[in-house]
Amino acid sequence: MFKALADPTRRFLLDLLFERDGRTLTELESELEMTRFGVMKHLRILEDASLVVTRRSGRKKLHFLNPVPIRLIHDRWIDKYRERHVSALADLKQELEEEAT
Amino acid sequence: MTKMLAVPTQVYRVYIKATPQAVWDAITKPEWTAKYGYGGRMEYDLRPGGSFRGYTSEAMKKGGAAKGIHVPDVAIEGEVVETDAPRKLVLKWHMVMDPATTAESFTRLTDEIEDMKGGVTKLTLIHDLEGAPRLAGIISGTWEDQGAGGGWSWVLSDLKSLLETGKGFMG
Repeated sequence: MFKALADPTRRFLLDLLFERDGRTLTELESELEMTRFGVMKHLRILEDASLVVTRRSGRKKLHFLNPVPIRLIHDRWIDKYRERHVSALADLKQELEEEAT
Repeated sequence: MTKMLAVPTQVYRVYIKATPQAVWDAITKPEWTAKYGYGGRMEYDLRPGGSFRGYTSEAMKKGGAAKGIHVPDVAIEGEVVETDAPRKLVLKWHMVMDPATTAESFTRLTDEIEDMKGGVTKLTLIHDLEGAPRLAGIISGTWEDQGAGGGWSWVLSDLKSLLETGKGFMG
């Protein structure tokens, strides 16, 4: 997933889907200075990382942003360490304020 | 060039190390639904045309009362459209917790459960939210910092944790 996010074009594609979900390849391609093949390649990497999920709607293939993998990282890492960081910051604030007086 | 309409559909996918049957049970059995996400019991009459209800949990009622908000007994109600255990569940889904969502249209919620071999199950949730912008905000976690919960990505993350480790976020 981090590899998928490590590329600016792929992050841009996710931003586009965040703005408006359920777009076709043609719609996404029109926003980028890139060949159709290039866009497909990036979308494939995002799909493999499960950050994008495709669904068929009639003859169209629509691309959706899947926020769950990012949520999992959030729940696994951020929440666990947030408390510690917050208390470390509070300690630092107190120390600096004590020094100042 | 035709004018493009925003697709009012949200899609969520998670891979869980559990059997399709375990995932199905966790979605459809009240003793399981009370253990993750918003912690409310879901009671289904699992046949096409059957009704279902999602109840609010005691924690939700207490949380509401602390803020001076009355939380009703029923949070969600609707109808079973299609059921194919343990692969697919389609529901007509209506949140009736507050006047704003109650006034909105019925939405369509589909759970697709796929066996990926190697003990892994792929769960895809598709929520068609035509005519329900308020609900769309709630289930995408827009008001999480105001205590409205993290929506489907939070619920599915919790479900994964519960099935894989035996412990959800509620411990």
